[in-house]
Amino acid sequence: MSGAEHIPLRLRLSQRGLDGVTLLLLPAILFIIALFVYPFLYGLVLSFTPKVGGWLANYQKFFSDPYLYQTISKTLWLAVPVTLLNVVVSVPVALRVRLMRRQRLLTTILVIPITLGTVLVAEGMLNYMGPRGWLSRVIMLVGLSDHPVRMIHNYTGVFLSLVITGFPFTFLLTLSYVTGIDPSLEQAGAMLGARSASRFREILMPLLVPGLAITFCLSFVQAFAVFPSALLLGAPAGDTRVISIAAYQAAFEDYDYSMASAIAMIMAFVQVAIVAVLLGVQSAFYKGPAGGGKG
Amino acid sequence: MSSQDFRALRLDGMGRDFGLLNALKGIDLTVRRGEFIALLGPSGCGKSTALNCLAGLLPLTAGSIWLDDKRIDRLGPEQRGFGMVFQNYALFPHMSVRSNIGFGLRMQRRPKAEITRRVEEALKLVRLEAQGDKLPGQISGGQQQRVAIARAIVVEPPLVLMDEPLSNLDAKLRLEMRAEIRRIHNLLGCATIYVTHDQDEALSLADRIVVLRDGAVRQIGTPEELYGRPAHPDIAEFMGYRNLLPATATSDGNMVRLMVGDAAMSGTAVGASDGRVFAAIRPEDLVAMDDGALCATVQTAEYRGRDFYGVAVMADRTELFFRSERRVAVGDALRLGAEPSRVLVYPA
Repeated sequence: MSGAEHIPLRLRLSQRGLDGVTLLLLPAILFIIALFVYPFLYGLVLSFTPKVGGWLANYQKFFSDPYLYQTISKTLWLAVPVTLLNVVVSVPVALRVRLMRRQRLLTTILVIPITLGTVLVAEGMLNYMGPRGWLSRVIMLVGLSDHPVRMIHNYTGVFLSLVITGFPFTFLLTLSYVTGIDPSLEQAGAMLGARSASRFREILMPLLVPGLAITFCLSFVQAFAVFPSALLLGAPAGDTRVISIAAYQAAFEDYDYSMASAIAMIMAFVQVAIVAVLLGVQSAFYKGPAGGGKG
Repeated sequence: MSSQDFRALRLDGMGRDFGLLNALKGIDLTVRRGEFIALLGPSGCGKSTALNCLAGLLPLTAGSIWLDDKRIDRLGPEQRGFGMVFQNYALFPHMSVRSNIGFGLRMQRRPKAEITRRVEEALKLVRLEAQGDKLPGQISGGQQQRVAIARAIVVEPPLVLMDEPLSNLDAKLRLEMRAEIRRIHNLLGCATIYVTHDQDEALSLADRIVVLRDGAVRQIGTPEELYGRPAHPDIAEFMGYRNLLPATATSDGNMVRLMVGDAAMSGTAVGASDGRVFAAIRPEDLVAMDDGALCATVQTAEYRGRDFYGVAVMADRTELFFRSERRVAVGDALRLGAEPSRVLVYPA
């Protein structure tokens, strides 16, 4: 029969999910092209047209100058431990909070640091964690230290600020994954003789890993782009000279936009590489719905 | 499989409060080895609470639970060793059917060879040999149900708890699985407590039925006792006695003379029966006949193969659910009557 050939184009398109409604995607696509794709491609091309030298000169310069290429390891040395800490701590906290009645109050309190932004948090930390801030004074008063404790303008300051601003975000994501697991699965495990450690290892963890990988990626990307707190609370010329500071200096102190674009491209590449590795690992795990069967 | 090594499970005043709500009011019950008990009641009667208390998923606020001479209500669910089949099956979605069934044995740290052997036996028992390596999401609802049963019984628990296990299945599958559960129980003989709101399920599966209402036991009896002689009018209504007619009665030996409105009938007494009473009659026992005492007009009628069933209204607007062997049409005037042994009389 040749009936199938006479189905109108319109119907064939709509069977593949393309119809008038698809046009509603256009504004979003235009938006993404204008604000993401175009600037990215522009920067990519710009990074290959250096002020002096051949088309790879910027990249050669970056990877031959330790002051520049070490920013990658310095950024990773901040972003990876901070993200790991946030994810590892958020799991037990989320497991506990899931059983609480006043969850909404707690989540509201936790959202506040996110809405305040890194600059305000940095400002606060400068005040109360500085050498003359109350935290340092309390530590001296209790006798834990006999000299003022330096918690800002170094690695610790940036680390703490990233934990304070990053943890709520990580926690809220983790909480949503944890509450997505049907509680009857744990009950079923208990009925079959699994103690809480085994239940966590055999049931909760395998179901959480895919979500935690996504949480790690998002939190990591956020921490990797650290700029304000590295500048305000860190040692921008030393331990916390992160890659975004290098890009900033190239662009607005040396006015070398081409170099700045190259650094931005390197930054993007490092992030994408780490996220790709994580998602690759994640794909080895079960990723279906975390329900116990028919609901 | 034979580890049903207990003589009796005894609930002694088992109670549970939720704040001010008294969800379970002192349940007393003894379950004998190998017995199949159905906890039957409408939703909100506390039957799931009772099951969760037994399982250890919910702590008691009153009373105690004993397995022979051992008090178990202070033990956690993982220490009681009961099997449980959840309403939503609660299969581990990331494990194959085999791993799901073997989970309990792995937790007991059994040797690998024994686990493999017993999982294969259980798969065979629930007829799922071909599905062993699939994930729960890849098999049908009925098959998931079988996996849940296999997972609960493979550890040979002294007691299996089932929480409305058939309520997520369609009507045909429900009948099949009902027979399946009965078959497995006959084969293994492990004591089972089965929660349901469906009296057909309870009647066909259970050795004894426990009727719960508002958190309290209303009647315990064999299916025959519950079907033939419910102890209270509300239980009678729940067991399918849809006609509950207010009447006045005078007892006359074993029989009771009844006046329903101005119609005279005879019935059988359940409890005291003088003065104001309720007469309970099943629709299938209230039959259209030439010398029936109750006069009514047909309001609706439907053919259900073999017989007609319908609703008829008496002059005082009382509705009667009846059966008729002859074709009846809306508006027909009928005379309805019932065998005295099929009319149960309860004190009002």
